[in-house]
Order: sequence, then structure tokens, then C-alpha cells
Amino acid sequence: MIFAEYWHGVNLPAIVPYIAIAGIMGVTLALLPMVVWTERVALALMQDRVGPNRVGPRGLLQAVADVAKLFLKEDIQPKKVDIFLYYLAPFLMMMIALCAGAALPIQTLDFRHPDGTVFHVTLTPGNINVGLLYILAMSSLGVYALVLAGYSSNNKYSMLGALRASAQLISYELSMGMALLCVVLLAGSLNLGHIVQAQNQLPFGISEMPEFLRGSFLSWYWLQSLLVPVVIYTISMIAETNRTPFDLPEAENELVGGFHTEYSSMKFATFFAGEYVNMLTVSGLNAVIFWGGWLPPLNCLPFTLVPGFIWFLLKVLTGIFFYIWLRATLPRLRYDALMSIGWKRLLPLGLVWLFLLAGYSLIRDSGFHLLPNRTTAQLVLPSAERRQSP
Amino acid sequence: MTPSLLLFWILAVVSVGASLLMIFNSNPIRSALSLVASFLCVAMLYLTLSAQFLAFVQVIVYAGAIMVLFLFVVMLLNPGTPIPSQKGSLQPAVAVGTASVMLLTFFLAGVLNLTRSNVSAAAVRSMGTVENVGKSLYSPTQPWMFPFELTSVLLLTAVVGAIVMTKRKT
Repeated sequence: MIFAEYWHGVNLPAIVPYIAIAGIMGVTLALLPMVVWTERVALALMQDRVGPNRVGPRGLLQAVADVAKLFLKEDIQPKKVDIFLYYLAPFLMMMIALCAGAALPIQTLDFRHPDGTVFHVTLTPGNINVGLLYILAMSSLGVYALVLAGYSSNNKYSMLGALRASAQLISYELSMGMALLCVVLLAGSLNLGHIVQAQNQLPFGISEMPEFLRGSFLSWYWLQSLLVPVVIYTISMIAETNRTPFDLPEAENELVGGFHTEYSSMKFATFFAGEYVNMLTVSGLNAVIFWGGWLPPLNCLPFTLVPGFIWFLLKVLTGIFFYIWLRATLPRLRYDALMSIGWKRLLPLGLVWLFLLAGYSLIRDSGFHLLPNRTTAQLVLPSAERRQSP
Repeated sequence: MTPSLLLFWILAVVSVGASLLMIFNSNPIRSALSLVASFLCVAMLYLTLSAQFLAFVQVIVYAGAIMVLFLFVVMLLNPGTPIPSQKGSLQPAVAVGTASVMLLTFFLAGVLNLTRSNVSAAAVRSMGTVENVGKSLYSPTQPWMFPFELTSVLLLTAVVGAIVMTKRKT
């Protein structure tokens, strides 16, 4: 579908970011109760329990009942808390979690200029050149919410949870960055919209492939970066959002509630919601970077009829289901095992893979001829050269 | 007053205020948090100067990693109530004296004698993008690759040194 650039004198491309903001905020906040309900039902199914079935049909209103309960609960404030930081922490958690989604591209829109040329505009709140760095920066700031909550609560268990959170999040940020760097190397851009567009090509750049595989699931970066980065990213994204099996900052049988032990009522609900928004953002980044964003799985008829944002949403929700599945399946890790996976397995693997991929992308750009017939001038800037050609 | 000038003054006042809070706060955690606020303001100042890469690296490295480690260490050691400074100590006076002399020197040497830049606004706008930073760092026609690699060797030395210190058999 192609839109006109001007509609009754309104420049439509200029209002695209506002549509995207409304869309991301609305969908995120509307999805939260659905995600919570899905988590409860899926966990019950996987663990052979009944699950929520009292409030509403099939327990669908359970999330509403939970929110109402949390809203009406007594707001307890322990003695001798650091009041400013104690109230700042849940606010920070929610704010940073919502901010991080602002660089995610939802789909592209085509506009026709009055002179007939068609141009693409990425439907995203902030189409910035350093979108990936922005999301990484926001996720690295997210630690402060947990640390401040633990510190200000005047509780030993909270403090231990905060210490665990800060160590864990810093460790896994590194391997997460390594995995993302592999994709940046292949795509030659930090702009998330450009990264998705770079996946809209024939698998492995082989021109003999049939046209219905252009931008198909085979040419997304989970396969193009040769599988290892997507594994590293998926493991570290679970650790970054403190979910089972990496939920040591809030391990209930050791630390009561971890960093949020002393938070009750709506303050706890804010932490809870912030965690789910974080999950949505991080699996949104996963969908954009490794799973083709808004691209349909095959470039042929029944799939291309579905608009791009539906595919994006489906990919995000698959990521969320993966979270729930892991939570039902895996037990919590021991703390030293958590650290050794992060530092001794994922990080070295990511580093080695980055170098391998750098060599691989040089070979791939020369069309898989092992003796490239290219001048040294081309070898210097492979990424700049690749961006001109898609 | 243009919007960008207004933004500059807001950021400048907040960042200087946060830096002062960092010095005058007796609670180490609050001190560290004021430093984070100051870092974030500086990152935004970089953004207003079109240095996107520098701005986000400032947030990721300084605010997101180094300061979290600071907080981690402070919380782990748990210094408890701060010791009140002794009466009649020369420390504040020396600090204020040194700081004002340095400030005056910088002001005289740098700000007053600075030549106005003659780079066009369009060139400045694209100067701080990731592409241009990368090109000026790694391009073979520029001399900056060798110093850059030397810096990374220096950091590697620090890492090896830290490992040797912790693994030393005594």
C-alpha cells in the first residue's frame, strides 16, 4: 500500500513518529495483562495444573483482578528507608523500560512524492542512526532501578538482591553487546530500520536463489550470522531481564523477594509491569535484529498479504512465549554457574565469533570465491560498500 | 533566547549542580548517583553538539558500566555512617585554592584566547556519526590507528595486571 505524501495539506511522513509512539505505548500497555494471563495459563498447562479459572471466562479477567488487588492494598513504607531513592526506584524501572522501546522499528510505510517517486519511511518513534546504541544505553541504565530499590529499602535481603542484580546485568551486557556487534558487522549500520532492510535480500547473497526466498526466514540474521550470535543473545536477554533460570536477584527461596522485598501495593506492581515491559522490549530487539523485524517468513502470496506490524508482533510474542517456556522448564542456576556461563563461555565465544564473521563477510562479499579479486581500497571499507548495493 | 541556548543552559546548570552535589554529599551512594546525573547531562550536551556516538558511548560506558561498578563496590564494602570532617582541617581550603587556580588558568589560556572555529555547520552535523568517527580512527590515511591500538594494549596490560594481583600465591 502506498500513501500520498500530502493529505489535505498535512505532511503525512512528519506524523509517522507520533503514530509509532502511540502504537508502541498502547500495544505494550494493552499486552501486559494478556502476557500475564498467558504466562499463568501456559505455566499451568506445562506443569499439569489447573491454572486461573475463577475470574471471568477461562480466567481471562485474572490480570484485572490482580491489578485491582494491588491497587487497593495497603501501601507499606518500612522504617528508616531512604525515602527519595525508595520512591525513585520503581519510577526509574518503568520509565527506562518504556524509553528503551522508542527505537524499535515496527514496519516501513511507502509514500508517494507529488512528482511520482516513492520513498520508504520507517514506522518508529525515533529513527536515529545509533538506535542500537540507544537501546543498549537504556538497558544499561536499567540496572539503577534494581540497585536503588535494594539499597534504599533498609533490608539485608534487598541489598543482596541488588548486589546480585548489578553484577549479573553488567556481566551479561558484555556478551549481549558481542552478539549484537556480530550483526552490526554484517549489516553495516546501527540504525535498526537499516538492519531489517539489510535482511531483505537473497539468502547468503547467492544470486541463484529463487525470488520467493528474498527476505525470507533463511536470509534473516539468525542464520546469516551462523546461529551462534542468536544463541548468545537469547541467553543474555533472559539474564538481562532477570527471568528464570537467571532470576537470582529475586530468588524467593533465598532472598524472600530480592530487591523488591520491601515494596508493596502499586510500587510492587510498577516493578512487576516494568519487568514485563523489559521483556517485550528485549524480545522486540531480538525480533528486529535476528528474526527479520516486519519481514514475512516467505516472500510469496499468503504471507505478503499480512501487514508488517502483525509479523513483528507475532515475532515479539513468540519471544515472550519462549520466556514462559523456559520458566516452566528450567530450574534456577547456582550463582557461580551463572557467572561462569557469562564470562567464561558466552563472552569468549562471542569474541571468537566476531572475528570469524569478519573474515566470513569478506569472503561472502566476494561471492564465495576464496581468492577475492578486489582492490585494497575496497577491502578497507566493506560495510560502506555493502550499504549502497541492497 | 533560542531553544538550543535554553537547552544548553538547563543542561549546564543541572550538570554543574549535580557535580557540586557529588562533592558536598556525605552519603557515598548519593554522591555516586549525582555523578551519574552529571554524566547523563554531559551526554545530552554531546547530543546537542551532534556527537551521537560519543553521547551514547558516554551513557553506556560511564553511566551504565563504570558507575554501576562503583555502586557495587560501595554497597559491598558498606562504609556505614560517614566520618565527620575534623575541625580546623586544611583540606577544604587547599581544595578550593587549587580548584580556583586551575579554573583561572584554563579560563585565561583556553576560553579567552580560543580562536573561533571556521568549520561549517553542515560539516559539524555529520562529524560525530559512527561512520565518521570510525573513518577518522581506522582510515589508513589518518595517523590515529596506531595510538588507538596502543591504548587497547595499555588496557590489556591493566587486565593482565589485575589477574596477576588476584591470582598471586602468597
